[in-house]
Amino acid sequence: MSRVLVGVKRVIDYAVKIRVKPDHSGVVTDGVKHSMNPFCEIAVEEAVKLKEKKFIKEVVAVSCGPTQVTETIRTALAMGCDRGIHVEVSGKDYEAMGPLQISKIFAALAKKEEASLVILGKQAIDDDCNQTGQMTAALLDWPQGTFASEVTIDGEKVKVVREIDGGLETIKISMPAVLTADLRLNTPRYATLPNIMKAKKKKIANMKPADLGVDEPPTRLAGVKVETVDDLVAKLKANGTI
Amino acid sequence: MAALFKAGKALGLCVSGCRSLSSLAELPEMHQMMRQTCRDYADRELGPIAGKLDKEHLFPAQQVRELGAMGVMAVEVPEALGGAGMDYLAYSLAVEEISRGCGSTGCVVSVNNSLYIGPILKFGTQKQKEQWITPFTTGEKVGCFALSEPGNGSDAGAASTLARQEGEEWVLNGTKAWITNSWDASATVIFATTDKSLKHKGISAFLVPMPHPGLSLGKKEDKLGIRATSTANLILEDCKIPLGNMLGSRGSGFKIAMQTLDSGRIGIASQALGIAQAALDCAADYAHKRTAFGAPIGKLQAVQFKLADMAVAVESARLLTWKAAMLKDAKKPFTKEAAMAKLAASEAATFCGHQSIQVLGGMGYVTDMPAERHYRDARITEIYEGTSEIQRLVIAGQLLKEYAS
Repeated sequence: MSRVLVGVKRVIDYAVKIRVKPDHSGVVTDGVKHSMNPFCEIAVEEAVKLKEKKFIKEVVAVSCGPTQVTETIRTALAMGCDRGIHVEVSGKDYEAMGPLQISKIFAALAKKEEASLVILGKQAIDDDCNQTGQMTAALLDWPQGTFASEVTIDGEKVKVVREIDGGLETIKISMPAVLTADLRLNTPRYATLPNIMKAKKKKIANMKPADLGVDEPPTRLAGVKVETVDDLVAKLKANGTI
Repeated sequence: MAALFKAGKALGLCVSGCRSLSSLAELPEMHQMMRQTCRDYADRELGPIAGKLDKEHLFPAQQVRELGAMGVMAVEVPEALGGAGMDYLAYSLAVEEISRGCGSTGCVVSVNNSLYIGPILKFGTQKQKEQWITPFTTGEKVGCFALSEPGNGSDAGAASTLARQEGEEWVLNGTKAWITNSWDASATVIFATTDKSLKHKGISAFLVPMPHPGLSLGKKEDKLGIRATSTANLILEDCKIPLGNMLGSRGSGFKIAMQTLDSGRIGIASQALGIAQAALDCAADYAHKRTAFGAPIGKLQAVQFKLADMAVAVESARLLTWKAAMLKDAKKPFTKEAAMAKLAASEAATFCGHQSIQVLGGMGYVTDMPAERHYRDARITEIYEGTSEIQRLVIAGQLLKEYAS
């Protein structure tokens, strides 16, 4: 029956003062407080609300990353998701992972779980990519309602009010679809103590990207710095990009 | 042991024995999640309004309802009765985190959980539990605990409030003093003498709804701290209640009070920890930002020593509090440890409140920064639910028993 996949990402908590590592290879993450990406919280809340309104039967929380992401999945379970899926990626692979890999994983899971909706946060507060939702929809060839500030289910269609540069845009898309949550979609609930207790009993399935047919992320090639726009155009012409 | 461990795990309880020491080092996952939820709530919902609640003496009714919905107003109460069904360690963590956001709100949570619901849960009949606990789990209603009188605080055995039986009713007469939550409560657990000749063995406990004919409230006390809570006298003038409103057996009131206070001490210790931690957070943050003599004041040893002493005081009191909670959860004797926790935590709170103002200097003395509120909120923790002096007597008494030949 009607099932929703919600993506949750474990990120450095929004209130933490970010510090760059001494070797400039990244930011300090060891011992730093992490929590669920705020936009993912909004996505979870929307999914749980849809379930409470009986539009959907089951909410599955999904996260990709090392063991620690199970904490984030448990938080989603405590907010009301029914079960979780942990796609295990660690170490160098995790650092190299980007929206394209995640989208491939989500697309594969959406098909495997026969989801009617995939709800994601519009972007993560660590990389601000704002790509995963859109890429996932493209890979699945599903309609997408991004930057959603209001979601209404109407039979087999979803009415989405989107926050765009010019104001608000209302679209009607058919399910299955991908939605990404924007700030004003809802106010996420605090997990209640009884729900935290119940979350302990809910299942989190464990799998690897390979199990879903998703390959290793490619090594990222180094870039080149140029001084002027003319140099940039010349280089792009030289390597055949334009 | 294995069976107990399995059963405990299934119930999500913190099981004692070989796990307790490691649990002191790192809390079980569920407790960590619960602690994080309460911390998030305190940071987002209580922190921003705590100053206003204190300044205007406002009872945080909406926040209490929200905490009720989260299960924080009845942490230990079984789910069947409407509570969260968690253990005392979870309760201690909840009170600490809530108090860190707002000392007054932490007090309301503690009084409702430990002092009002606590004795009814332990000594009440099933009917009394359904009638007097369930409506008080949601945050819509809070309860209070009336033991102290104008004539006796520490001397609890000398209760002069009287209860005489008249037909199918108890008639109560007397005055209770310093009752926290009084003006906001919908019921009270109250202690009165039923047999004066039996001295402290002649005291009984009763459940009285509020408001009720024959029960009136004195003026709200104008307090130094925890100003968002109401503290007042309860005046009983021929206050009539049904016979079924006696809690526990006749003459067991003193025992009920003492056992309730034992557990309540862990709650107050947790409240004191929250206030102490808030004071430490304030001072440590300021030490990073304020510059003097060309560098942040956190570089000065004088400030560093203060922060270190504050941190040690808080952490050691916290471990004592957790230990007392875990002993209680394991159904082992915990009187001595609870008294030690309350003593250590309350003295840590006043110490941290004091030093926090010192680190902030002039800024610590004005209401723009929360340091002065922590200083004022901390002070009561050394007094209520057993003064520091009484705690020392309790600890010494237990200790000497252990060494008796």
